[in-house]
Amino acid sequence: MNRITERLKNGILTENPTFVLMLGMCPTLATTTSAMNGIGMGLTTTAVLAFSNLLISALRKIIPDRVRIPAFIVVVASLVTIVEMVLKAYIPSLNKALGIYIPLIVVNCIILGRAEAYASQNPLIPSFFDGVGMGLGFTLGLTSIGIFRELLGNGSVFGLRIMPASYQPISIFVLAPGAFFVLAMLTALQNKLKVKGATYVDGEERDIACGGDCSACTGAVCAENHRMIAADAEKKKAEAAAKAKELAAKKAAEKAKMEAEAKAAAQTIDAAFKKFEDGQTSGTEGGGQA
Amino acid sequence: MKELILIAVGSALVNNVVLSQFLGICPFLGVSRKVETAAGMGVAVIFVITLASALTAVVNKLLVRLDLEFLQTIVFILLIAALVQFVEMFLKKFSHGLYQALGVYLPLITTNCAVLGVAINNVNYEYSVVQSIVNGFGTAVGFTISIILLAGLRERNEHNPIPKPFRGSPIVLVTAGLMAMAFFGFAGIL
Repeated sequence: MNRITERLKNGILTENPTFVLMLGMCPTLATTTSAMNGIGMGLTTTAVLAFSNLLISALRKIIPDRVRIPAFIVVVASLVTIVEMVLKAYIPSLNKALGIYIPLIVVNCIILGRAEAYASQNPLIPSFFDGVGMGLGFTLGLTSIGIFRELLGNGSVFGLRIMPASYQPISIFVLAPGAFFVLAMLTALQNKLKVKGATYVDGEERDIACGGDCSACTGAVCAENHRMIAADAEKKKAEAAAKAKELAAKKAAEKAKMEAEAKAAAQTIDAAFKKFEDGQTSGTEGGGQA
Repeated sequence: MKELILIAVGSALVNNVVLSQFLGICPFLGVSRKVETAAGMGVAVIFVITLASALTAVVNKLLVRLDLEFLQTIVFILLIAALVQFVEMFLKKFSHGLYQALGVYLPLITTNCAVLGVAINNVNYEYSVVQSIVNGFGTAVGFTISIILLAGLRERNEHNPIPKPFRGSPIVLVTAGLMAMAFFGFAGIL
């Protein structure tokens, strides 16, 4: 029970796919023209995510490791086809509004990301609730962005008029550029408040595809990038270690040199002292002789 | 011929794949830091999308004939993944120069939703094979245009005094939004 609530909380808050991980940006930008579309897309994705996690978790011991990504894709694509048929039959208006973005759930990196990062390693029930939590987090993100855009761009929320009749809708917010602007404000706010998120990282910028911004990203797309970042870190560590070693060696060499010098100096001093002593003795001797 | 030109212009400028359809946002934001890498990504995308739309259009005819249209999504995504793998292997073996230029971008394209999006759009608009290829090519050219433009803009505002919270991805998103507004201007030409 504890694990289930932990998974739900993780998906909705701690690792919210929209606000924290910033995964699945294409549907986030494209389908949030109204709150209703946002919630529709979110719930559709939730259904696919929960059942793909369930199936992949059930098949995790059968799928050979080397072909796991194609196998995951087939599972996800089958589920998406089923969901698309259900929507076509029962909610045709939503199917029409979301259009091409329903089949494109297949390439949503949240789904493959969860399959790869969680469901392929964990038992059935937690995997299912991981999918539900992540899906609800995604729904929350899409719905809130949708509410915001609909309110500014149309003066309504869920189709209900909220703004007074004198309000002139800023229709750019329901058009394509508005999506970019809203997301820009969101990420800027995250940066300003230094909220934990994919866009706010301390590390330096990298040259790889996703900019290396996604320190917390679990997307399968980024699996390769993750490896690159890890390899980079490892390399840096090794370099630092080598440098430290070199420095230590240098220090040791210097110390040895200094010691040798000190020894040599001591020896010369000794020798000089001895010579002086010798001279003195010989001098005294000489004096004695004289 | 006139119809084909209309399809190409429409998919490249009017219904720009990134700025008005929001497909392929990840590489659009991710690989646009420098103009050269953006151009490399663009060429790789043109290559793959054109090939993929030809292949999926042909296979779709087969699916329709066999009455298996419901398998569309599954078949298309597997075809695209296999195609990208195959192109990568082919280039590695036969054209080392091209592989070095495009190689790093190819694995990223498998999961680029623009490829699958174009294939599905071709089916939805009931395009013929030739029309599908033209539409795929036009869409990919539109992607290349917008990613190179964004990279150019990003290079220019690299040293601008941008407010601190807006540095990094927010300013890129604002730039993309302004570009989307500019691309609205093309809506009048068709």
